[in-house]
Amino acid sequence: MSVIEDDERDSASYPGQRPPRASVGSHRIEEEVFGKAYDPKTVRRIWAFVKPYRLKIYLSVAAVLVFTATQLAIPLIIGWAIDGGMVAGGNTTNLLWAVSAFAVAVLVNFGASYVQETQVGHVAENVLFDMRRAMMARLQSVSLSYMDKTEVGRLMSRLQGDVNSMQEFLETSVISVGDLVLLFGIVIVLLTLDPWLGLLTLLTMPILFIVRIFWLPPAKRAFWAAHETNSLTNGAMAEGINGVRTVQNLERQQVNLDLYDDKAYGNLQTQLTGSKFAQVMVPIVDSLTGISMATVVLVGGSLVLNGSLQVGVIVAFLFYIQRFFDPIRSLTMQYSIMQRAMTSGRRITEVLDLPVTITDKPGALTLGPEMDGSVEFKDVVFGYDPKRAVLKHVSFRVNPGETVALVGPTGSGKTSAMALVHRFYEVQGGAVLVGGHDVRDVTQESLGEQVAMVLQEPFLFTGTVLENIRYNKASATREDVIAAAKAVGAHDFIERLPGGYDSQLEQRGSNLSLGQRQLLSFARALVADAKILVLDEATANIDSYTERQIQKALEKLLEGRTGLVIAHRLATIRGADRIIVLQNGEKIEEGNHDQLMALGGLYSRLYNMNYASFDDIPDELVKQANARAAST
Amino acid sequence: MPTLKAGRERSRGDARAHVAAVHSGKGQSPLLRITMFSLRHYWQAGLAIGATIIAAVLQLLIPRLLGQAVDQAQNILVTAGEGAEQALVWTAATLLLVSVARGLFTLAQNYFSESVGHHVGYELRLAFYDKVQRLSYSYHDRIHSGDLITLGLLDLDGLRMFFSTGFIRTILLTVLIGAGAYMLLTTDVVLGLLALSFVPFVAWRSSVAQLTLRATWLVLQQKLSVLTRVMDENLGGIRVVRAFSGQKHELGKFDAASKSALHLAHERVLVRVKNTSMMTFSFFAAMGLVLWVGGNKVIAGEISVGTLASFLTFMTILQMPVRQLGMMVNSFARADTCGQRFYGFIDQAIEIEDKPGAQPLAVGDGTLRFENVHFTYPGANHETLRGISFEGKAGQTIGIVGAPGSGKSTIAHLIPRFYDVSAGRITIDGQDVREVTVESLRRQVAVVQQDTFLFTTTIENNIAYGDPWAKETKIERAAESAQLHNYIMGLPTDYGTVVGERGVSLSGGQRQRLSIARSLVLHPAVMVFDDSTAAIDAGTEHRIRSAIRAYSSDRVTIIIAHRLSSLMHADLILFLENGEVAERGTHAELLAQGGRYKALYDLQTRPADDLDHEEAAQ
Repeated sequence: MSVIEDDERDSASYPGQRPPRASVGSHRIEEEVFGKAYDPKTVRRIWAFVKPYRLKIYLSVAAVLVFTATQLAIPLIIGWAIDGGMVAGGNTTNLLWAVSAFAVAVLVNFGASYVQETQVGHVAENVLFDMRRAMMARLQSVSLSYMDKTEVGRLMSRLQGDVNSMQEFLETSVISVGDLVLLFGIVIVLLTLDPWLGLLTLLTMPILFIVRIFWLPPAKRAFWAAHETNSLTNGAMAEGINGVRTVQNLERQQVNLDLYDDKAYGNLQTQLTGSKFAQVMVPIVDSLTGISMATVVLVGGSLVLNGSLQVGVIVAFLFYIQRFFDPIRSLTMQYSIMQRAMTSGRRITEVLDLPVTITDKPGALTLGPEMDGSVEFKDVVFGYDPKRAVLKHVSFRVNPGETVALVGPTGSGKTSAMALVHRFYEVQGGAVLVGGHDVRDVTQESLGEQVAMVLQEPFLFTGTVLENIRYNKASATREDVIAAAKAVGAHDFIERLPGGYDSQLEQRGSNLSLGQRQLLSFARALVADAKILVLDEATANIDSYTERQIQKALEKLLEGRTGLVIAHRLATIRGADRIIVLQNGEKIEEGNHDQLMALGGLYSRLYNMNYASFDDIPDELVKQANARAAST
Repeated sequence: MPTLKAGRERSRGDARAHVAAVHSGKGQSPLLRITMFSLRHYWQAGLAIGATIIAAVLQLLIPRLLGQAVDQAQNILVTAGEGAEQALVWTAATLLLVSVARGLFTLAQNYFSESVGHHVGYELRLAFYDKVQRLSYSYHDRIHSGDLITLGLLDLDGLRMFFSTGFIRTILLTVLIGAGAYMLLTTDVVLGLLALSFVPFVAWRSSVAQLTLRATWLVLQQKLSVLTRVMDENLGGIRVVRAFSGQKHELGKFDAASKSALHLAHERVLVRVKNTSMMTFSFFAAMGLVLWVGGNKVIAGEISVGTLASFLTFMTILQMPVRQLGMMVNSFARADTCGQRFYGFIDQAIEIEDKPGAQPLAVGDGTLRFENVHFTYPGANHETLRGISFEGKAGQTIGIVGAPGSGKSTIAHLIPRFYDVSAGRITIDGQDVREVTVESLRRQVAVVQQDTFLFTTTIENNIAYGDPWAKETKIERAAESAQLHNYIMGLPTDYGTVVGERGVSLSGGQRQRLSIARSLVLHPAVMVFDDSTAAIDAGTEHRIRSAIRAYSSDRVTIIIAHRLSSLMHADLILFLENGEVAERGTHAELLAQGGRYKALYDLQTRPADDLDHEEAAQ
């Protein structure tokens, strides 16, 4: 081995240090989580989802009020029982009444809590699913130019995380109403029972409020930090699992363990800080409870001595104090939940408000199978960015039953042309006609039924082979599916799968080879039985065996159909009735193979370079061919 | 974030020591093992246990003191005078003191038991991560990555939390119910029994509810993951959906998945509410009975009002912990199942490890030899490789070609010992790869895989993944050779651009080029391209190949490919069929042989219709 100084690995020379170019997992901070606690616009939008269930909500609010009332009544009843003659030798009539009242309160309490919790629980679940459904439905018709720009992961976090925090908010907000009522109820009851004792006892309440106001911001930061380091550590773990082969391949185990240790240890620290913040409130609340109880005992005792207070009232007071601080605790927590819910609500609204730029015209035609199956581009101008046209005044016509190959170097606008036939995007100038109708004049659904599309990357859904081939053509029978699979030459390998046509495809068909997935997507297009087929040939290298099969399947697929094929393989190109050569968004040549060869332009130059595929040709060579074509 | 700083303050051996600790206790039952493991943090665990007992006792004193206060207040009129008021002051002061102390000890109980849980979690995480990294390919082939993630998140959590939610809570409830029952029953047997009557019922309902909820939770998670998949596939395959006008079909799938999940979610709400309502009801019913019987006893002069009040407050204090009994039971059940899975994973033997006394690989002139290599995948019933032999010297290129499933990639995976051969041997400069340390072997053998995994970090760090100490010049040189440099320089933050799951996405060809650059940085003695140029166009591939040759000529290069143009220039080409070498030789020799290789060559260089005509003619 030759030794070049620079090429020696020097990991060993820095013991105990972390390498400069290494990390595990990401360091990104997640999206904003806490916003304004109240945002009327968002609330209105959320309310629109709750509205269908408003009767249930009203019912549960009523139930929560009743529930709170019984909570308030129970200590009173006990106090009343004690003061109503509960002394040695007293009479039991009053006690009987009190216990009866107690029994009634308990029964009502049982019923109210049952009603309230089931109603709220169900409504919250329903709203969660409704919101998710509404977002999904919206995303089905949002223009592809938006979907192209947006990460699936980001959308998924809205469909899952954000709806969950809305659910939490709905569940807790009804309970908060109860808490608020309970809080005021306790204050009123205590002040009514004995104004002086009540006032003295209640003094601790504002103290707790103030303490919590100071405690909340740093505590929230600590909890959030704990949450964040936890998800970052988990992210690093997931990365370690998914990338384990590369890790072992490149022998990174030791470095990664150390880096992961740093992350996990950092997480340990933030978790401990979070715990400290959470627990520090415990002795404060307990001490304030202690102060209140001592006050009642001390002041209450002397009031009894004055004869102005009865013992039962003291007992009632002591019971209330036990429950005193619960509503304050949950109400302050509710504030954070609301903040989070508003942020989530805003993000959900963003999805719901995504513009749908491509819609059916009022009175749009239904494109039926009786149309002639022609495709025509009339002076089409199109660009993803309106200022930068990808297609510049392109015109051509594909006659019914004809197969036309679109060829050209990468970036020439082939894929965009294909997307326009399906009206994935709107043209900026000119028109695309299918069966003689402007695609803007027909319904999108009927257009999709008449124009089948095979994408470069075959996409399979989780489900059986049968379901994948049939896709949304509900009328296709099992026999139709099998016939299609046979036609494209997929039948044999499907039969060899453990369950045949009913075998379950793993995630995105990862248990099949690329070529096999391609054949399935062909079969899917065949079952769709459209008059027009738009196909983007795969560029990826498939093994030569499957490649042959695909070529044959393609011929089968194009039989009796109008075909617009973005072709990469010479075999496909030569098999086409006509070839259209695109370059930089302009049509530069058109004709069949022999005509184009005779023309001696770009096509013939590229063809003569003898590459197996047009896409293989390096850019410089394309430039050279261009230069030569231009000079002749 | 304080991660790195915190890291430097610790010594380097800590992680290893933690991992070793998790591995100890093999063969114990999961519950015993996690308990012993948690108790290793003896001072925190000790403080937690001590604080729990004291807090429980203080908790029990409060109803006593309240009862005493009520009696003193009632008797104040009878025994009016200095002494009575003095007694009240004392009771009030004691109440205050006990409350403050209870708060402090509860704080200690909660904080220290959580702290033990967090420390345990940290250690379990390290051990888990370490194990994931060390288990060999054959394990990862068998297990779904999603299952591993569940193991590392949920199962680990179930185990971590056992100390606070299972162990400590058991102590708390034992003291609270045990000592409480003793106090109540010694005061008044009948009233005591009544006051405690709700405990068994609530304990039972709460356990049933928790266990049911947990079981249905798992089902719900499965249903939700179906829903997630439907959404994910819909958004990922949006073009297919649109192309086939499948929007309605998709929403139908969504609705079906959604409805079934919603139905279960509703059922779960009912289970939860039914049980909590019943628990509350039984608690209040017991309270009503105590009030009735106790009230009568007061009237009969058997007990004082204060005693009754203390019974009632005692019940309110006991209510919460008894309701949580279900969580405690659940914690035991969860820790047991999670522990079985988690420790089952941790205790697994690692198939590919250094032999005792293995020496690092000493690379001399760099000759790779396959000697009659056979290989069968674990659990498979047929041999994937059958008697493969060949030799490659430094500077040589070996090409391997064959149909899918002929065993090409397997050859690539055997050299760095991702799997071990079933028979025969592979040597580098005469050393059997199984005799040298795995680390040294893999540092000398770089496999550029079919699928490139991108880590969520900068391009620079991704290229330097195998050598994170690599200097900038080295990284750039590798990227240049892999024909990626120009693309990188075109990005807004060039080498600092973050790629991967949450960064810029690269095309298939770019990923493969990055993967090549990654291997080039390592300067390995053996470099294997495992069909790793399939997504790269022929022109670029050609340039990469020339660049690599210029980079260094002292290594063995193995190229596995479908496209013959990728390996025509090799010094030796092996044509694999069913795990055997069917043909071998140089490109020219193989073409002259007129066998399978020649047929494949014709297929790739001539249009298909010509071949069809030939077939038809035959």
